[in-house]
Amino acid sequence: MSGRLFLGTRKALIEVERASKGWRIKRASFSGVQVPMLLPDARDGTLYAAVEHGHYGAKFHASRDGGSTWEERVSPAYPPKPADAPDIICSMRQKPVPWSLEKIWSLEAGGKDQPGTLWCGTIPGGLFKSSDAGASWSLVESLWNEPSRAKWFGGGYDWPGIHSIVVDPRDPHRILVAISCGGVWETLDAGASWSCHGKGIVNDYMPPELAEDPVVQDPHRIAICAAAPDTIWMQHHNGIFRSTDGGRAWTRFMNANPSHFGFAVAVHPCDPRTAWFVPGIKDEQRLPSGRALCVMRTRDGGETFEPCRKGLPQEHAYHLVYRHCLDVTGDGRTLAFGSTTGSVWISEDGGDSWGRLSAELPPIYCVRFE
Amino acid sequence: MQPGFQAINRALSTLNQRQPMPTVEFTPNLARQTTTRSCRVEGATVADALRAVFEELPALRGYVLDDQGAVRTHVVIFVDAVAVCDRKNLSDPLRPDSEVFVMQALSGG
Repeated sequence: MSGRLFLGTRKALIEVERASKGWRIKRASFSGVQVPMLLPDARDGTLYAAVEHGHYGAKFHASRDGGSTWEERVSPAYPPKPADAPDIICSMRQKPVPWSLEKIWSLEAGGKDQPGTLWCGTIPGGLFKSSDAGASWSLVESLWNEPSRAKWFGGGYDWPGIHSIVVDPRDPHRILVAISCGGVWETLDAGASWSCHGKGIVNDYMPPELAEDPVVQDPHRIAICAAAPDTIWMQHHNGIFRSTDGGRAWTRFMNANPSHFGFAVAVHPCDPRTAWFVPGIKDEQRLPSGRALCVMRTRDGGETFEPCRKGLPQEHAYHLVYRHCLDVTGDGRTLAFGSTTGSVWISEDGGDSWGRLSAELPPIYCVRFE
Repeated sequence: MQPGFQAINRALSTLNQRQPMPTVEFTPNLARQTTTRSCRVEGATVADALRAVFEELPALRGYVLDDQGAVRTHVVIFVDAVAVCDRKNLSDPLRPDSEVFVMQALSGG
């Protein structure tokens, strides 16, 4: 069982540890500051944190002692916009997408044999790579200059954003990224070239002639099965999808119980048929169905979905769980999730039952086990 | 304090006895997040003065300016108590005795 859990919140980075009497909050860093993303790097133990100041922008910090002390490293920066580079107009805003970092929205380690290599997804849609643990970053220009980027658009945020980065554990040169809203993209050559896949994904809110265009899809989050990396689960704006061929073709599940709308998804690291979601009412309300909170689980590859409610509030619950706020440990037994209203729950039995860590925290942006 | 900056400021201080120079100051709120200090630098425009400061404190640049070099949306710069007009290119002129103040804009909550 993993002994440490990190929470990125609206007002701090919070470390949680498994003590003899159960999980408890150990300490907080970056008091009063937003922490939209973090990464405990299993390769060398470094803990990375994206730190966002309301006035002064997104920054990048690292700790070599598990969060006791921090040093600021370089945050990703967009290069100067060339004078002859055309403006890309976001279709939902009718404004040009800026060449400027607004949010660090995803952060993942490169391959096990690539120490210090980090991938960072951002709003407004740039993917960045660091080969030196965040001492420097470079924009992956092949994706930023992809002509069909003109079709991407922002959803909850003004601009498109890369929220999911999946590095293939068999081959770190193969990477998937998912974009809200811009579909799922694959590189086989560590970012030199990209293809957009998505056969079978449907975006119901788009005009009918665009609904199956893979470039205008609205994946809220994708997650891979570590032991079976060709299986990928997706929580999409319009349903739950699964691919068993590495993300090329997808099957839609309309039998979710109680709802197929949500943001987060976690996949059992050893069992590709088991995945967890946190459903809500689609989509303007974004509340738990019936104000009763549950985690939804499938253990048979999507044939059935079951709500797991034990230990979760079943009345007057307004918790929304963002896309980065559900995580599972490497053995698939311990899960944690956090809500916009500042509660965090932990399960040590695969989701069967839950215990609340706290109801007093800031809005939760990111939940990750060590 | 970085030794290079101290040396420059000492030299400039000597020079300043004969020739006034613009002063650049930062809100204490910003000092909570990164290294800042009040300093006197040469410069005919806001861009010149900030460039001189950022040469000594490179990490400070990203807190004041965005990726394209414009003033961050939620940062405001005053020159002699007047907010700068050119937030993109920072071309507002400085007098030799101008006081530049960098602060957070009132916004958000």
